[in-house]
Amino acid sequence: MRVFYHFGKYYLFIKRAFGKPEKFSIYIDRIFEEINILGIGSLGIVAIISVFMGAVITIQSAFNFESPLIPLYAVGVAVRDSMILEFSPAIVSLILAGKVGSSIASEIGTMRVTEQIDALEIMGINSAGYLVFPKIIASLLFNPILVVFSMFLGILGGYLFGIMAGVVTDYEYIYGITYEFRPYNVIYALIKSAVFAFIIASVPAFHGYYTSGGALEVGRSSTKGVVYSSVLILAFDLILTQLLLS
Amino acid sequence: MIQVNNISKSFTGRSILKDINFTFETGKTNIIIGESGSGKTTLLKCMVGLNEIDSGEILYDGRSFFDLDFKGKKAIRKEIGMLFQGWCLVRLKTVEENVVFPLSMFTDMSAEEKRDRANFCLQRVNLNNANNLYPSELSGGMKKRVAIARAIAVQPKYLFCDEPNSGLDPKTSIVIDSLIKEITEEYNITTIVITHDMNSVIEIGDNIMFIYKGEKWWEGTKHEILKTNNQEICDFVYATEFMKDLKEKFQ
Ligand SMILES: Nc1ncnc2c1ncn2[C@@H]1O[C@H](COP(=O)(O)OP(=O)(O)OP(=O)(O)O)[C@@H](O)[C@H]1O
Ligand SMILES: [Mg+2]
Repeated sequence: MRVFYHFGKYYLFIKRAFGKPEKFSIYIDRIFEEINILGIGSLGIVAIISVFMGAVITIQSAFNFESPLIPLYAVGVAVRDSMILEFSPAIVSLILAGKVGSSIASEIGTMRVTEQIDALEIMGINSAGYLVFPKIIASLLFNPILVVFSMFLGILGGYLFGIMAGVVTDYEYIYGITYEFRPYNVIYALIKSAVFAFIIASVPAFHGYYTSGGALEVGRSSTKGVVYSSVLILAFDLILTQLLLS
Repeated sequence: MIQVNNISKSFTGRSILKDINFTFETGKTNIIIGESGSGKTTLLKCMVGLNEIDSGEILYDGRSFFDLDFKGKKAIRKEIGMLFQGWCLVRLKTVEENVVFPLSMFTDMSAEEKRDRANFCLQRVNLNNANNLYPSELSGGMKKRVAIARAIAVQPKYLFCDEPNSGLDPKTSIVIDSLIKEITEEYNITTIVITHDMNSVIEIGDNIMFIYKGEKWWEGTKHEILKTNNQEICDFVYATEFMKDLKEKFQ
């Protein structure tokens, strides 16, 4: 029963967040502000992780494909498909859930316990809309870009480290990554990442918004926000994979 | 004028406010006093709808707040300026941005007009050369003043202050108090001030309500409060030896 209660509360929260803005120009400014904080601020970590992941997948698959029956260009195929299908949309989203999710939950939670949210409400401002809507839109707009960026860097990382380690040749890797390439896979990844982006921004915001108490509870909300959004990402990963790829 | 009629409120079965009736008058500083935990903040939060009430009615110049729909409530809230017990400036904004914020939200002023208005309000509360500081760089008294400046920026009809001078030295307290009183009279605002501080009560209290354990125990003016013989009020007003001595000297 608690599940339904929380789901209903979450639904009403989202509905409020998408209520009519007091003033549109302010919301536009806020969206750019959030893109800057949530999106641009995550470029570094996404880049590092993607390059290393691409490199690791390359070296691991080259190691496993030692049989003479499997052509070496399969390494390129493996890197491309694992980056596009799963790694970039899902793992990057999980990492963002940790980084962005905890910052969203603690920011909003702190605003709640220091009465900043009450202050907004008293001014007649829809606090959920003002605080959360720009975060959700910023994530929806920017996370797919991050995901494409991650795909690109992962494949590039695989290339560079594969060549450097001498496990694959220049020609084979390039042949591999273009071999029977299905553009639909990228669309599929973008759909997934948009759904995850919504979860990453809204679930921690929800936990932060309904914090009560003090600094300790803010920490707790932040943890909850990250845990619930990660679990939801994994659940939706499974559901969407089933829906979109079967 | 704000009328509070028969307000009751309980939290999880514990009754906090019991059948409160009061009229807060326009152009006057209305003061709510009472011990810690007597329900002062709760009453204020009920009045603006941050806490739901169990029963009762609140009239803002005749408009019944709880009968209004969401939009109507919002319209009234735009006429309210409020100072919270904690500080509640937006942390990531500078002093000037904090004051400009409600203006950007609710008016169509140009950037320059907004800045002028913000500067005017900041000067009104005697806060000069602090425009580009962040709330974390301000002292307690400065924060209160920024909060007052922000509250008056949109020219509210109602100003609510929850302990505006808690944590301030006596001299700054008086400055803040008289500022609130001046603004109230200058713009003919209905002001409600919650306080623990008897100095403030004597200094600015036009119309006083004493809450005791969630009930309205007494009401009157600052002249009357010094003369009353009500035991609970005397315990509150003459809590310190100093005040007791003072009373004996007068009698
Ligand atoms: N959200 C809440 N949930 C449960 N109880 C609450 C809540 N808010 C306040 N209370 C209770 O209501 C009572 C009155 O609290 P309130 O904050 O109104 O006191 P106060 O008169 O403002 O005190 P102070 O002068 O210390 O600020 C307290 O006993 C408090 O425990
Ligand atoms: Mg209080």
